[in-house]
Parts: sequence; C-alpha cells; structure tokens
Amino acid sequence: MHTIMQQLINGISLGSIYALLALGYTMVYGIIKLLNFAHGDVYMLGAFWGYFVINYWHFNFIFALISTMAITALVGVIIEFLAYRPLRHAPRVAALITAIGVSYFLENGMSYLYGASARSFPQVIKQHNYHVAGISISNIQIIILGTAIFLMVALQFVIKQTKMGKAMRAVANDPDAAQLVGINPNHVISFTFAIGSALAGAGGVLIGLYYNSIDPLMGMTPGIKAFVAAVVGGIGSIPGASIGGFLIGILETATQAVGLSAYKDAAVYVVLIIILLVLPSGIFGKNKKEKV
Amino acid sequence: MLKVEHLVVNYGAIKAVKDVSFEVHTGEIVTLIGANGAGKSTILKTISGIMRAKAGTVTYEDKVINLSSASRIVQLGISQVPEGRHVFEGLSVLENLQLGAFTQPRGADISASLEEVFTRFPVLAERRKQDAATLSGGEQQMLAMGRALMAKPKLLLLDEPSMGLSPIYIQKVFDIIKTIHEQGTTVLLIEQNATQALSIADRAYVLASGEVKMTGTGAELLADAQVQAAYLGG
Repeated sequence: MHTIMQQLINGISLGSIYALLALGYTMVYGIIKLLNFAHGDVYMLGAFWGYFVINYWHFNFIFALISTMAITALVGVIIEFLAYRPLRHAPRVAALITAIGVSYFLENGMSYLYGASARSFPQVIKQHNYHVAGISISNIQIIILGTAIFLMVALQFVIKQTKMGKAMRAVANDPDAAQLVGINPNHVISFTFAIGSALAGAGGVLIGLYYNSIDPLMGMTPGIKAFVAAVVGGIGSIPGASIGGFLIGILETATQAVGLSAYKDAAVYVVLIIILLVLPSGIFGKNKKEKV
Repeated sequence: MLKVEHLVVNYGAIKAVKDVSFEVHTGEIVTLIGANGAGKSTILKTISGIMRAKAGTVTYEDKVINLSSASRIVQLGISQVPEGRHVFEGLSVLENLQLGAFTQPRGADISASLEEVFTRFPVLAERRKQDAATLSGGEQQMLAMGRALMAKPKLLLLDEPSMGLSPIYIQKVFDIIKTIHEQGTTVLLIEQNATQALSIADRAYVLASGEVKMTGTGAELLADAQVQAAYLGG
C-alpha cells in the first residue's frame, strides 16, 4: 500500500509536467490542426533558459520561471510566424514535416551552440523530504505539482473568461464564423502558441528542478509522451490533455516500480496503441456529428 | 452604400462568380435570388472578406474593401449571418453573443446590446447558459442573427436564413428581418425561398451560373412570368 501511494505521488509529480506539455500540444492542434512536434524542444529551451538565468544572473525560482515563460512564449510566436504561418494553406503534411524540421533545428542548434552533453541544473531550491505516514514527499514535488496546478487553473481562467480565450475557442470551433464576427485568426494563433510555449517552458524549468539534468535532446521523449497524453485525453480537449498527462506520468512510474524500468517508454506507446484501437477519439474527444 | 462592380471570384478551378455588378442603397432590403450554385454565397463571402475577388471591386461607403481583412470589414459595419448558421458549438449562447461584439471598442456598452438582442429574441435569454449546440435549428438561426447584430452593423448580410427551418420559424425569420430593417439597418438577403424574399425586398437581382440575369423591384420580379417559372415554382 505504501509503495502504491509513494509511486502515485511520484507519478503525479512527473505527470503534471507532461500535462503542461500536453496542453500546448492540444491547444495548437485545436486551433490549426497541426501536431507541433517542435513543442518538446521549446520545453528544452525553457530548461536551458532557466539554467542560464539561475547560474549566471542568480535568479530565484519564481523569477526564473516567469522569465522562462516569457522567453519561450516569444520563441513559440516566432516559430509559428517563421515556420508555420507561410504554410497555413498548404497541405497539412507539409506543416507536419516542417514541425519535425523545426524540432531538429532546435535540438541540433542547441547541441552546436552549447554542446550535446548533459549539464546539471542548478538547485535553486534545496530539497527537503517530508515523511507523512511512511510516504516520502519532497518539497520539489510539491512545488512542481503546485506550479502545474496553478498554471492549469490560470489557463482555464484565460480560456473560459477572457475575450482572447473565447476567441480561441471560437477559432478552434469554426474558423470561418470566427472571421465573420471579426476575429483575426492570426492574432489568436499567435496567442495560442505564446500560451502553449509558456507552459512548455515552465515544464522545462520544473523538470530541471526534478531530475537535475538537462541536455539539448531532453525534449524528444517527453515531447512524444506529451503527444500521447494529448491523444489519450482526446486531442483538442484541454481537460483531456491534463488528465492524459497525469495518466502517462503515473503509468510510467508504475512501470518502473514493478521493475520494468527498461520498458517504461514502451508502456506509454502500448497505451497509445490501445487507446487508438479502443477509444480513437480519446477520453474527452468529441465524436463530431454533422448537423444537417 | 455598397457597390459591387464587375466581380469575378474563383472557387478553386471553378468560376463561381463571373462579372457581377449590383448596388445596395442605404435603407434598402436587396435580395439576390437564384438556384443552388448560382454564386450567391460566394458573393457574400467575398463582401465579408473571407474569400478574395479575382477581379472587380467591392466598395462600401466610398471605400474599396475587397482587399480589407474580414475583421476590418466587421469594424466598418458589415456583419454576415452565414449559411448553415455556424454558431459556435461548445460555447454558451451568451458567449456566442459576446463574441459577436468582438470588434466593439473597449468601453462599448455590450450589456445594452445584449439586452436588445434578448428583447428581440426572448428564447436566447431563456437559453443564455446553454451550449449553442443544444439549440434547435430555428433557435440557432436566431442566435446567428443575434450574434451578427451584436456588432451593430449598418449593413446586414443574410445567407439563406430560412434554410432548413419549419414554416413557423421561416415566417419568424422574415418578420425579424423586416423589423431589423425598419429599425434602420440596411439588408442584403440571399434566399432560395424566392417568394418570401421578393415580397419583403425593395429591389432584387436574379443570378444564374455566376451572372446577373435580371433585376427589378421585388414586386416586379414577383410578377414576372420568367421568374415565376424558374424560381417561384409556378
């Protein structure tokens, strides 16, 4: 029982980071039907930005997090503007291949500039472990979970309550009608990339704090897992992405806990395959009915 | 108010609109009638800026607008109620209406516009919290019209507002168009229900395969033998 609870806590901490990443995936897909495979690399850039500002400018955690989110938001907007916007009316596969290209560009660009070897992320917060009823929880885990939940609530607020959030839902739902009420889709798309990338950047800083190690290729696997999380939740669905992220995190730690560490990534893909077979539109995915 | 001159619009490889010219004067109800595929919807989409003209111009209040963005055109005072209603499903009725006021400047009295729409369409007030997808077709048409009115248009474009509705709702829609017009909004109406459209229109244009075939007052065309045979089922 203790082990289960312990692994559940570990899984939720890791899962909250996947959830942050999956949210960006699902929002971008919802708006422009693009699987932004460079999303995991924005998370990597976030981790590197956090690394530099903590090491060289001695930012504390909060400032590191906020500045990272601002920078990755900007990076996301620039990527969309330079790489995806010219392909807005091109076949979807062209944009998809471009996304993979952007991903390689960021990974190899960072390897070229800063070397491919892993660096240890500065411990901006000293780790303490709390023991509650035989279960160990670190302050880092609490910070990760707290930050992730705070950001998800904030996102929910933006999407439900603000004018731009409503415009996002309108564009995702019916791009032509959105234009007819005067929404400029380019603004909404930039805004979506900014928010999604800010969340990915936050995830990068949090994972640095959690695993202590960052490198230019660190975004690849989490990027794909976040994609799986978004598909499991139902791509395009915001609550789905959060739930999917937590599920993938829990699944991954559970696989490790039963001694199958080597297969933890495989387990995620097995889930993807099962979901696609059994529930192709995911947990919260809509089976879109055409109204005549 | 609105002048369309020598408009040519391609839909992919198809010439959907070939050299169409017409005018809408301030205070009028003008209707374009014609069979499916006559190019009526394409013309409205081009006026609204979501399709681009291949040639020709659209002039609104002495400004050429066929190169302006769709959002700019809404700001200038042209709103469209699209064919098939296109309400935002998954968003509440209230949110749909709020989005209708998207281009209204900060500080605009949106709650006053909302009250107006709710008075005009009491059913929307009742259902304000409901998901727009749960409304009936007729209610969705009311919502689409209410949403367009939230932008306070000077010129309202309506694309097949009676399509797929029950006779009661069709009558309702035409009554509402009449009151909107009486309250000072100019209307450009596209309809397959030609009898109804012609009976409320000041002037009308008959379109066939992307060209204007005939024009006249609503009453003239309603009485015309050719129009009767081709579009009025009789």
